[in-house]
This record gives sequence, C-alpha cells and structure tokens, in this order.
Amino acid sequence: MKRLALALLLAAPAHAETYPEASRVLAIGGAVTELVYALGEQDRLVGRDTTSNWPPEANALTDVGYMRALSPEGVLSVSPDLILAEEGAGPPEAVSVLKSANLPYVTVAEGYDAAGVLAKVDAVAEALGVPEKGHALHEKLAAQLTDAESKAKAVGQPKKVLFVLSLQGGRVMAGGTGTSADGIIRLAGAQNALADIQGYKPLTDEAVIKAAPDVILMMQRGDAKADATANGGDSLEAAKQSAQTMPAIAQTPAGRDGRIVIMDGLKLLGFGPRTGEAAIELHGLVYGGS
Amino acid sequence: MVAISPDMPRIDGDRSHRARLTCRVLVVLLLASSVLSLGWGASGTSLTRAVSDLLAGRELAVQDRVVLLDIRLPRVLMGICVGAALAVSGALMQGLFRNPLADPGLVGVSSGASLGAILAIVWGAALPASVAGIFGWYLVPVVAFVGSWVTTLTLYRIATRRGRTSVATMLLAGIALGAILSAVAGLVILRANDSQLRDLTFWGLGSLAGSNWPKLLAAAPIMVLAVLSAPALARGLNALALGEAAAGHVGIRVQRVKNRAILTVAAATGAAVAVSGGIGFVGIVVPHLLRLASGPDHRWLLVNSGLLGAVMLLWADMASRTLIAPAELPIGIVTAMIGGPFFLWILLRNRGVLDL
Repeated sequence: MKRLALALLLAAPAHAETYPEASRVLAIGGAVTELVYALGEQDRLVGRDTTSNWPPEANALTDVGYMRALSPEGVLSVSPDLILAEEGAGPPEAVSVLKSANLPYVTVAEGYDAAGVLAKVDAVAEALGVPEKGHALHEKLAAQLTDAESKAKAVGQPKKVLFVLSLQGGRVMAGGTGTSADGIIRLAGAQNALADIQGYKPLTDEAVIKAAPDVILMMQRGDAKADATANGGDSLEAAKQSAQTMPAIAQTPAGRDGRIVIMDGLKLLGFGPRTGEAAIELHGLVYGGS
Repeated sequence: MVAISPDMPRIDGDRSHRARLTCRVLVVLLLASSVLSLGWGASGTSLTRAVSDLLAGRELAVQDRVVLLDIRLPRVLMGICVGAALAVSGALMQGLFRNPLADPGLVGVSSGASLGAILAIVWGAALPASVAGIFGWYLVPVVAFVGSWVTTLTLYRIATRRGRTSVATMLLAGIALGAILSAVAGLVILRANDSQLRDLTFWGLGSLAGSNWPKLLAAAPIMVLAVLSAPALARGLNALALGEAAAGHVGIRVQRVKNRAILTVAAATGAAVAVSGGIGFVGIVVPHLLRLASGPDHRWLLVNSGLLGAVMLLWADMASRTLIAPAELPIGIVTAMIGGPFFLWILLRNRGVLDL
C-alpha cells in the first residue's frame, strides 16, 4: 500500500528536474546536505535543516528548523531558488504552500540499500545540474558498495548484530527491520539480530537474550554528553563497560566476549555519500581486521 | 446578549462599566495585533511595501503575494479563530462546572482529538492510496475532529439519565474515559515508527504553521459559529453560579443550557484542536485574567474571552514564528511558558480561597 502511494507520488514529477542555474539552494535532510558537499556544490547552499550536521562546516549555514516541522515563511526567508528535500520533509501543508510559491522543490527518495543511496546521488546531482560530478560520485560510491558486497559474500556464516539506539535508564532501545540500522547491517554482510520486529522498539531483557547477538552496535552522536546519557555511561569506554555489564546484554554472546562496536551515528545511519565507507568499516569491526 | 441600560442605577460591586471598557480596548487591540501580525515574520516581506506597491498600481512580487496572502493571512485568521474558540470554551466550561480549573479537556475533547490524530498519523500511511488521495493532509484534522466529537457525545450519554445531565458524573466518567483513550493511544504509539513518533510529538506541541485557506475554510465556520452563539448562554451560566436548583427556580432551563454549552465547547475546541494541535492554557488563563479585571458576569466574560483569546494567540504566534526564526517554536510551548507561571501565580494569590 505504502509503496503504491509512493509510486503515485513519484510518478508525477518523473521528467528530469534540473536546475543548474540555482545559486541559493536549501538542503533539507542530513543525507541531502552531505551529498551537496560531496558533489562539491556547497557554495550554492544558503541553508540547511536541523538534521544536517555533517560536514561540520554545514553547521555554519542558516538552520530553518527540523525537517518534519518546517515553517513555510521561515523557509522562504532564506530566499532559496531551489529546495532539495529528503523524503519525509514536512508538514505536508507547508510543502504545498512552498510549491505554490513557484519555487522548485525536489524530493529525494529515501532508500536503505545500495540502490537507494545511488539513486539519491543521481537525484541530487541531477537537481543541481552537475551530471559529471554526479557520475563520478556514483561510480566511487558504487565501487565501495560493491567492495562491501563482495566482502559480505565472502562471509560464510553471517554474524548477528543488534543495533542499540539507546540504553537510557537501563532499557534497551533497538532497531528492527525497516530501519536505516537494518539497512547498514545488511550492507556490512551481517544479519540483524531483530528480524521479527519493525522499527525502533524498546526490548525486554528476555528479548535481548533471545536475539542472541554476536555483536552489539551503538552510535556516537558527536556530542559527548548526549552520547554519555544515551549510551549509559560518562564516556565511550564507560558506555561500553556499562552496556557490557547490563544483565541482559551480559547474557548474550556479544556481552560475554565484549564485542561492542561504536560508530559515528550520521555516517552509520545517514545513507548519504559515506555509506560505502560505513559499510566497509562496520564489516571490519564486526568480522575483525580485513 | 442582553443590553445593560446605561441609566440603570449602579449596584454595589457592579463592574459592567469596566467590562465594557475592557471590551472596547480589546477590539482595538485585536485589530492592531492582526495588522502587526500580518506585517511581521521571518521573511523580508513588509506590509507597508506591499500596500504601497498596490496603491501605486504595481503587481505584487510572487514571493510577497505568497507570504502575505497564502502564509500570513490564513495564519492570522486561524490564530484569531483558534484563540477565541479555546478561550470561550474555557469560560463556558468553568461556568458550567462552577469550577475555576475546568477546561475543555473535562468533556473529553482533547483526549478524543489526540487519539484521532495519533490514529491518523500512525495508520494513515497504511490506508489505500485512493483513500489517502482523497483526504491528503486533511486526514489528521478530520479524524481528530471526529475523535473529539465521538468522545464528548459518549461522555454526554453516560452522564445523562432521564433527561438530566449530571456534571459530576461527566467529570468522573471523563477521567475514566480519558484513561482508556490514552491507553489505546499508547497501544497505537507502540506500532509507530520513528518519524511518526516525531510527528506525534510536534502535533502535541501545537502549531499554526500548517494554516492554509482550505483548512481555514473548513474549520473557521465551526469555530466562528460556536464563539458567536456562546454569549446567548450568559444568563443561564450566571444563574447556574447559584447552583442548579436555584437556577431552575429563577426560570432557567438548566438542561438546555448544559446541552448547548457542551455542544458549543465540543464544536469549538474540536475544530481548534483539529487544525492546530495541542495548544494549552489559553482556555484557563484568558477567562481568569478577565474575571480579575472586570468580574465574573458571563454577559461580558464570554465576549471578552473571545477577544482576549484571539489577541493572546496572535501574540503567542508572533513569538513562535520569530523567536528562533527561520525555524519555528511550537506555539504550545509559548502558551504554556506564559500560561504555566501565570496560572501558578493565580493559585498562589488565591491560596486561601481555593483551599477547600
């Protein structure tokens, strides 16, 4: 059903939308902003949304608010001549007003797999009117993803990875299917330990033990304090320690062997230009060395 | 509303002259705030430039036109309607329940509306594309409005026996129903994904950012009708302040007043919550301010509440869209930040009176 609605939505603007003249681009969504930088077109950016924190220079751009709660006038106030928005930007009323202002508004579809990331690269490059740069980035990313894929194929018995979003208050919040965490775990050639749960859900201790992950994956949010509280410790090492000593996690193979992996959150889950690197890095961390 | 003849001898404690003055001041304030609100925003569009452009016979620039006519104007009108609807509903509820803490939440409007919104946000995505296409972004407001009505009518039926509605039963049953609804909401939330959770949070904080003409045209008539018809209940509510029996003895048809007050509140608040999400405290703060300033006479209180509610929401909205521009502060945060401390102050001031 969802896919059908999406297909209908995407069917309308199927023709090429390219704005090589646009010099005041507003990027909405972390991956889109990253892609604009990766294409080397950052000089054309005038604004970003709150979720766009990478690369660090992006933080200097005007922030028009959280991508799902945009204010139409706030967006217009940076006088963009092109809005590049990740799928899910909203609210829908705001988007419809923006479209009525005769502003080019390009929606970049989300996708948590290799094809999805590459499609994002193509969409952003096409919207910005830089096909050559887009092609180069596409090739580079595709090569990394193929590399990750071949590494993944070489693995005989895939390891089970449990992505832990947070450990606040001793409660494990973990990523099931249909999440970006699930996507990157697959790309890295591992198996999501939570195959029968959808979305990010709090788990009971028993469910953690039953999932029996070989590796626990956590993320670093770039802000040491936020990390510490979310991961349940006052530094990354302490967070690893406290995760490992949690009764539920201690019972799992990952907890017994201390295989707790922490990666940068945006890189890990952003599904932007760093996804290939992230998949290879995660593969290395899960399977060791290589 | 019954006109108060000017040559009536002034009774001791009569504050109607103050109420009349308040009313005039509020009308002027509302007009001024509306104009200010139209001219104020994150983008560079200025009202004076647009007006001088128009006077000089020039076409408005596309961006100026969109900002003024498609963004700010519906938003200002929506702010006026929602503010008036919430404040008048608050005043009606406090009169009906004879309790200064009463708000529309007591008749289940808020819990019903939020369950509706949660259902629409979480399950809306699973609707067949054809249905989703018909409703579009109307889905959340429409389902929220339906939710508020179904809840209020259920409560009303529970509390009404042999043609008589017990407000005490309504209050208690409202708490029970609220608990059930929030439990159901919790169940639905468990199935929500990450982005839906974000949407829910923002819905709960309230915002006028999504105001546009179609939404305004759908919701405003309901709110306007409810607000304009409220003053007709003033005499009944005044008499109810003496107790239901006494009100009946002075010739008030108590049950009719109750019916109409409850329906008015359900319509006004249901529509307001449906289009703007959870905006707290307007319904409590505004009537209290007015009672302090010009007395509890509902003949003035209901009219003035509408005016002050509209003015307050316009100012809260101006703060919400300019404080952290170009991003936006949800308006529920602004009203609660002003309303919460103010409410505490009222409680502290009247500690002796409220110590039951």
